[in-house]
Formats: sequence, structure tokens, C-alpha cells
Amino acid sequence: MEFRQATLDNGLEIVAECNPDARVAALGFFVKTGSRDETPELAGVSHFLEHMAFKGTSKRSAEAVNREFDAMGAENNAFTSKETTAYWAAVLPDYLEPTLDILSDIMRPALRVEDFDTEKQVIIEEIKMYEDQPPFGADEKCEEWHFGKHPLGHNVLGSVESIERLRVEQMRDYFERRYSPGNISLVAAGNVDFDHLVEMTSQRCGAWQRFETSRQVVTPPRFPGFHQLKKETSAQQYTVNLSDAPGAESDDRFAADLISTILGDSSGSRLYWKLIDSGEAEHAGLYYVEYQGGGIFWTMLSCEPEKAEANLRILRETYQEALADGLTEIELAQAKSKTKARLVLAGERSRRRLFAVGSHWIARGDYLSVRQELDLVDAVTLEDVNRVLNKYPLTESTTVTIGPVENMSVDS
Amino acid sequence: MTQKIHQHTFENGLTLLAEPMGGVESAAFTILLPAGAIYDPENRAGLAGFTCEMALRGCGSRNARQFVDDLENLGVEHGEGVSDSHTSFGGATVAENLPAALEIFADLVRRPHLPEDKLEQGRQVMFQELRGIQDDPPQMAMQELKRRHLPAPFGKPPSGNVEDVTAIGISDIREFFEQSYRPNGCMIGFAGRIDWDETRNLVEKLFGDWEPGPDRVVATSPRLGGYANLPYDSNQTQVSLAYPSVPYSHADYYRASASVGVLSSGMSARLFTEVREKRGLCYSVYATYHSLKDCGSVICYAGTSADRAQETLDVTLSELDRLKEGIEEDELDRLKARVRSALVMQQESTSARTAAIVRDWYFLHRIRTLEEIESRLEALTRDDINDYVANNPARDFTVVTLGPNPLEVKLGVSAGDA
Repeated sequence: MEFRQATLDNGLEIVAECNPDARVAALGFFVKTGSRDETPELAGVSHFLEHMAFKGTSKRSAEAVNREFDAMGAENNAFTSKETTAYWAAVLPDYLEPTLDILSDIMRPALRVEDFDTEKQVIIEEIKMYEDQPPFGADEKCEEWHFGKHPLGHNVLGSVESIERLRVEQMRDYFERRYSPGNISLVAAGNVDFDHLVEMTSQRCGAWQRFETSRQVVTPPRFPGFHQLKKETSAQQYTVNLSDAPGAESDDRFAADLISTILGDSSGSRLYWKLIDSGEAEHAGLYYVEYQGGGIFWTMLSCEPEKAEANLRILRETYQEALADGLTEIELAQAKSKTKARLVLAGERSRRRLFAVGSHWIARGDYLSVRQELDLVDAVTLEDVNRVLNKYPLTESTTVTIGPVENMSVDS
Repeated sequence: MTQKIHQHTFENGLTLLAEPMGGVESAAFTILLPAGAIYDPENRAGLAGFTCEMALRGCGSRNARQFVDDLENLGVEHGEGVSDSHTSFGGATVAENLPAALEIFADLVRRPHLPEDKLEQGRQVMFQELRGIQDDPPQMAMQELKRRHLPAPFGKPPSGNVEDVTAIGISDIREFFEQSYRPNGCMIGFAGRIDWDETRNLVEKLFGDWEPGPDRVVATSPRLGGYANLPYDSNQTQVSLAYPSVPYSHADYYRASASVGVLSSGMSARLFTEVREKRGLCYSVYATYHSLKDCGSVICYAGTSADRAQETLDVTLSELDRLKEGIEEDELDRLKARVRSALVMQQESTSARTAAIVRDWYFLHRIRTLEEIESRLEALTRDDINDYVANNPARDFTVVTLGPNPLEVKLGVSAGDA
């Protein structure tokens, strides 16, 4: 296992975790752009643009893109988050070059207006699909309320209205401002010959013109509060709770992740024993998400409406208790075993390594092997987790509840 | 590396399957018990699921809390599930912790406490699940589709229903456990960094003296088929349909499964191209092959706005119908490449391999090597598949939609078996 790194003259970074024994090669362009880089009138453009990349280039039709990927047996897709848009493929090592050829090509998409109009319908269907799914948009509302006008409050998909209003010229302009080679990293993992990869990338991407890009990274303000939304047709009551957590730059992120495991993992956590094992709730989980300039702790709770108020109280008591009395050595040891086993299992798959190496690289410009990551998890002390817990109190949160319940009362 | 797959059936009927894999630190296992929802008695729908839920609440020398804590201290990623035919427990962890993990699971399937004082908690978990499904329109549509398309008791939702789950008592659960958690019909599969002799000795020690259970016969009812719209207040209409295919063990399986691949494997496949790419009708559309021991099906799904649902159904059906006219050479080439690649990628996941070997044993009573699968696939020609699709056109559809308005099904709805 070897980490390699190179930068083309135009600023495109190439990084790879090379494992000559791997059966698979995984490859992806990670663009440092997402919904936090959008203005309100462009809401959803990053994600829509990600779809448009697959609609063809000056050399390839949309059908050709899909057919060529399939002809190599590639497992490929793309995703957009608040901070990143990534286009990736996992293939047998022999197909590395043709895979790079398509991926690099779709990074310069044609953005044809006919395709734009058709794909707009798909995006709207995607938004409507999520609107029909729990928690029925309460998560997005919660972010909006929590972050106020800060760009981290922007949701990835945008809204039906913002997508309907969007014109192809605006997307082209956004592309011209964000897809600079200096804002993109080519990431690889698995069975990859790095020198050959650099040479091939240079041939295909070397001529991309560089321009300045920037991202506003200010620590978001927060607006804690409690909000209720009514949805009579919902069978369950859904409550989401958002509070501050260490940002992507912080060394405390490992402690934050262990906190989420101890308090809110899907099995064996404090919330699990209080709410899930007892059958009081369908789901109760705590998740840590890192962003540049400030991360978040997410709590998701779903249960029958009659139990929602009591469960929310239990949730808050659980967090207050953790804050007051701290977590324990036994809990920390258990969370570490679990986290490390997950890292080892995920580390066996080239595709998973691609995502881990890629997100780490674009967030921090740095590389961690699985071994280094295991060591960093091990190095977290009980003092660390309790300090981080106090620094980012889960009790100072924005809470949104949606479902049939009206006038839920919460003591703050 | 040549693939070596081991198999041993113990005297009590328990089948052990194992595939040592190179280049991995982990090992995964799957325990498949003949304790699926098809064995739920009359008026006790959900019993298999409820029993599984209760089995997690303490076993052997451990109470529920110690059970979970011990597994997590061993770093075991674990999960359980109930399907038509089986209850499954599975886990994966670093290889050196596998024996300790398996000891815990031996207690789980052989010596669960099934504690009466936790019965109400378990029931609440079942109720939460039932309510959760009501907020999940695709799952609701799919449940109703399977209920209508498959011969009952196959296709019954393992989550049961409120009335039956309310009626289930601890004696029902203990009786179900006695009959269904047993070595005959049970399979345990391993894959990853394991040694065959050690694994076999360990399984012998933990499960060798397990007493077999009684024979059972499951009588099936005729399929319902037909079309139903479930009225539902949502943005999107869920469109789901199914039609008969051959089972996994059938000589035509490769041809049948290839025809589904042409419809839905990859982004250049027909359904994705025609329904989503060309017409922008939906975000999610797919077809998938599904098999019971002696009954195969193709299941299709699309979710779309209510006002575009009719067009989505029409286009989907016309693509299914068009299949009988045959496929192109390049479609077959792409499909072969995709399967070849997927087989290699599967070797990066110990969990995926255990699932595959256990599935093969259940359906075929043998395990195909990756080489065998690949050579069977390579041997397929366009004429083979065209011959199959011409003789087995997509017909006899069971259709379920879920949304504000019923749709018109313009092609071959099944009249059921009745």
C-alpha cells in the first residue's frame, strides 16, 4: 500500500492509494463544490450539474457515456453534497485508461439545452420522491433554521421552484466559476499504476484552463429553537435535532465520531437502550457530519405520535446526563472496537477506500492510511470525548418535529 | 488464486459452507434458519419476525445487554432479517474474533431466553416497524405486489399486521422457536480469512449436538395476480409490477437472468434509457430478478409524479413487451462485462461472498465457483437469449400502484391461478 501524489501545471491534483494486490481499481474526480457554494437563485445547481455531466460532451452523446461505462462492466455513479461533487467508477484494473477517458470527458460536459430540459424533469421527480419520504423535508427545514442565511443551510437538491426557474446559462456560468482544475482532485484507490495514471491524466486534463475559485468558510452562526410542522397523513412522528460539532479542520473529529457512536449508534448505544430496545421508538440515532468551518451533530427520532413528546424528553435527558456526568471508559472502549472493525471492513473494498481517501484529501489536503486512522481512533482518550462533549453541547440545538402531533410541549 | 469452497453436512442436517479468501483481514458469516414468515401460523402473521426480535433479548449466559456489549467489544458488525423462507443472522469482524462471535451466535440460535417479561417491549418494536412501513410508499407498494404475485404464504410481509401481532403470546414464540430454530434446513456460511479445518471443528463443537426438528409441509394457495391501486396521498405514484420467470435452479436461469439484465443492468439498460434518460419520467426505475425455490419472477418498479404515472406504466410495459423481439449483440457484450466485473468486485467483500455461497446452496444444493458462473455466462449467445425471450414473453402481469388515481394497464394482466 503506497500513497502517491502529483499536481499538473494547471493545478489539478492527482492522489492515489496504490495497492498492487487489489483486484479492482477505483477512480474519481472530486470537485470542491456543492450547495454551500450556491447563491439562493442557484439552489440545486451543483447537483443538477452532476446529472448533466452524464448527458454527454462534445465527443460523446448521453447514450455513449452510459454504454461505454457499462461495456467495461464499470460500477459507476456520482454524488453531490454540501461541499463536494464527485464522479467515480470502480473497474477491473485493465480498464483504468478507458475509464479515465470517459470520466475526464464528462468533467467538460456539453450542457445542451434539450438535455437540460429533459433532465430537469428527473431532478424534480427526485425532489418529489424525497418529499414523500420521512422525515418529509423536516431535516432540510432544520438546517435552514439552524444556520440562518449561512450557506451550510442550503440543501443539496434545491426546491421544485428553484429548479424550475433555473436556466441552462446559469448552470454554464456556475460551471465556468467552479470547475477549475485547481478546484478538482483526481483520486484513485486499489490496483493503480500511479506514474501511468499521471501521464494519462496529463494528456486528457492538462489543457484545462485554470482560474481562481474560492469558498466562503466562516464559522456558521446558529439559531437554536424548537419548530413544529404538521403533517396529518404521516403515520409516525419524526423529530430531527441539530447542534454544532467540530469542523473538518479539527482534530476533535475522531472524538466527535466516538461520541455519536456511544450515544446514538444503531446498536448498543445509550439511545438504543433507552428508546429502541424498549420499543418506544422506531429509530433514534445520532450522527456526526463534518463540514469546513463547523460540523454538526444530527439526531433523528421516529416513533408513534403519542410517544413523541415523552421520547423527545428522554432524548434531551440523555444528552443532559451525558453532559453532566460524562461518558465512561467502558463505553469508549466499546465504541472504539466497533469503529475500528468498521474501518477494517470498509478498508477491504477499493471503492470504499476511494471515498475515504477522496473526502479526506479534499477536506484537508492530506492522506491517512487505514492503519493511521485506526491509531488515531485508539489515541482518543476519555478526557477528549468529555471535553468535546462539553465544547459542543448537544443540548443547544435546533429541533424540528413533523407529523400528526400538534402543540408538543418541550421544556428547554 | 484458485477458489476453493468447502462444504460439509453434519448428521443433524446442518450444512456448513466456507470459502477461505486471500488478501483480507476480515471474516464474515451468515446463519440461515428455516424460520421464515411462510411458517407463521394462521392468525399469527409476524410470528417469525417477533421470534427473531425476542431471540435478541438474551441467550445462554448473557442477558440482552451483555449479548450486545460482547458483540460490540468484539467489533462484530451484525444484523438479522426475516424473509419468506428464512430467518438470518449475520456478522463480520476481524478474523481473530470470529470464533468468539460464533459462540455467541450459537447461544442465540440454540439457547435464547425468549423472556416473557420483555414480550411487550418486543411487541412495541414490531408495532413501530408496522407504522414505519405506512410512511414508506415504495415498500407498501412492493409488499402488496409480492402478496398478490406470489403463491401464499410466500409474499406475506414478515412484519405481520397489528391484529395478529397483538394476539401473539410467549407460548406462540416458544413453540415457533422449537420448530424452526433447528439444524435440519439450517445453513451456516463463512467467507474470509478462515481455515477450513478450524472452522469445521468449531462448528462441530458449537452445533454438532443440536437436535433436529420435525418435518413441515407448507401448502400454497393460488396466486391472486391482477391489478390494484392503493389510494395514497403523496406527490408521486408508485408503479410496481411483476411477471413470471424461471427459478434460480432452472436450466434457463442464465438466459432469463440475462434478459432482466438487458432491461435493467447499468445505466445503458433499456428501462433506465427509455423511461428516465429519454423521457425524464422518473428518478428511480428498475427491474430485478427474484426467485423462490420453484418460482421465479421479474419485479419492476418506478416512482413518478401522479400526472405522469400512466405514461411511465405504458412505457415500462412496452419495453417489457419489446423484449420478445430480441436483443442486440452489444447489449449482451455489455451485460457480460458487467457480470464479469461484479464477480471480481464481490471478492473484495467477505459479507457478499457468504451471502452468495449460502444462496447457491439453498437453491442448487451446490456452490458454483466464480469460474463456472463466468464460463456459463460467456457461453451465452444472442440467439440463446432471443430464443428464450421469444418463447417466454413478459406476460401475466401482476400490477400494483399506490397513489391518488388508478391507472389503466394496457397489456396482459394476470388472472391469477384461481
